[in-house]
Amino acid sequence: MCLAVPMKIIEINGTRARAEVGGVLYNANIDFLPDLQVGDYIIVHAGFAIEKLDEAVALENLAAWQEVADDLQTNQRKRPA
Amino acid sequence: MIKFIDEYRDPQLIARAAAQIREITPERNINLMEVCGGHTITIFKYGLKKLLPDNINLISGPGCPVCVTDTEFIDRAIALAKMPNVIVTTFGDMVRVPGSRGSLQSTKAEGADVRTCYSPMEALEIATGNPEKEVVFLGIGFETTAPTTAAAIQTAKARSIGNFSVLATHKTMPMAMKTLLDAGEITLHGFICPGHVTTITGPEIYQFIANEYKIPCVVAGFEPLDMLEAIFMLVKQIAENQAQVENQYRRAVKPGGNRKALEIMMEVFAPCDSTWRGLGNIPDSGLRIRDRYHDWDATKKFQVDIIPSRQNPACICGAIMRGVRVPPDCRLFGKVCTPENPQGACMVSAEGACATYFVYGERL
Repeated sequence: MCLAVPMKIIEINGTRARAEVGGVLYNANIDFLPDLQVGDYIIVHAGFAIEKLDEAVALENLAAWQEVADDLQTNQRKRPA
Repeated sequence: MIKFIDEYRDPQLIARAAAQIREITPERNINLMEVCGGHTITIFKYGLKKLLPDNINLISGPGCPVCVTDTEFIDRAIALAKMPNVIVTTFGDMVRVPGSRGSLQSTKAEGADVRTCYSPMEALEIATGNPEKEVVFLGIGFETTAPTTAAAIQTAKARSIGNFSVLATHKTMPMAMKTLLDAGEITLHGFICPGHVTTITGPEIYQFIANEYKIPCVVAGFEPLDMLEAIFMLVKQIAENQAQVENQYRRAVKPGGNRKALEIMMEVFAPCDSTWRGLGNIPDSGLRIRDRYHDWDATKKFQVDIIPSRQNPACICGAIMRGVRVPPDCRLFGKVCTPENPQGACMVSAEGACATYFVYGERL
C-alpha cells in the first residue's frame, strides 16, 4: 500500500501539481514539498507528492552499476575459451 | 522509457548485481526480512529469489497495512457503514477484508454506501459534495500514508467541513520490528527496510536495531536493481560483521525524512498503542487523532456497538505476518482461500504475502 510512483511535474498551481508518468496525467497535492518546480521529478503516494527525486544521486548510482557491468563484459571477453 | 523506473529494470545491471552478491555471500544461512509488502511483490514479480544463492532466505514481514489491521477495526467500519446517512470511504483493498460477519463489500451489496478512493483528499471532496451525509474515511497505513490523512483532517478543520471524520488505525513501523525481534521466534540477520515509510521518517528510526540488536538495516527502493543492491549491502555488512543503517534508496530518502510531512502528521496525530493482526497489542506502534481534532475523529463522533470479533480459526495470517510460517503452510491456501474468496487479510491485499504467493507462486 506504500506504493509511490515517480512522475514529472508539468504544471504547478498553488498547492497542486499536474504530473505525468508514461503519458498519463495526475493531480498531486504538494503540501509536503514547498520548493518544487516544473520539471522536477516527484514520487506520489495517495495523491500527495512525498519527496522530490534526486536526479544526480540516481545517475551516479546507475553509472556505478553500469561500470561494474562493463567491467564484467570486458573480463568475459578476455577470458580464454 | 519511463525515467526512474526502467533504468532499474535493466537485465544487464541486474545480472551484475546478482553476480556481485554471489561473490561475497558467506557459506552460512542468511535470513533477511523484507518488511514491506511492496518489496515482497518485487521479489516475486521479478523472480529475484532465483538469482540469489540458496543460503539467502528472504522472509516477508508485517509491512502490509491491510494485512495487519485487526478484525475489530473492520467490524467497526462495517457498523459505521450500516448507519443511516453515512458514507464510508476507503482505499480499495479494505473493502474485501473479511470482518467477523461479512466485509465492507458485502455490506455495500446489502445497500450501504461504501466508496473506494485513491487519496484521503478525495474522501474530503465526497464530503463537500454530500453536505447532508456524514463521510467517514478509514485511515489505515504506515508513516507513508498517515501524513496524507493528517493533511485531509487539517484541511477539513481549516475549511470547517463538519461532515467529514476519520476512523484511524494508522500504524508505525519501528516498534513492530522490535516486537518481532523480542519474540525470538525467528532468527534475522538483516532488515530490508521499507523505502517509502523511510521517505517520510528518515533512516534514523532503525538506528536502535543496528545498535541494540546488532542487526544491519538497509533502506531499499522498489525496483529489482534497488532490491538486489540493498541485499548486496546487507550481505556485505553481514560478511564483515557490521551492523549499520544504510540507505540504498538515496534518490528518494533523505536524512531526517520529509520534515514537513512529519510535522503535519504529528500536529494531527499522537503516538498510541495499537493492535496488529498476528503481533497483538504493541505499545507506541499506532497513531491516534489528537484531542484538538476530536470533531474529525469518528470514534468520538459515532457510538457503535460491535460484537466480540472472530475470524476463521484455520487462517494462519498472524504467523505469516511474524515471518514464522509461509503461505503454502496454510491448509486454506489456494483451496478455500483465494483472491476471489479470501479468508484472511493476507490474501486480500495485492501486497499481502498470501496473494503474492498465489499470483506469482510458480516463480518461487
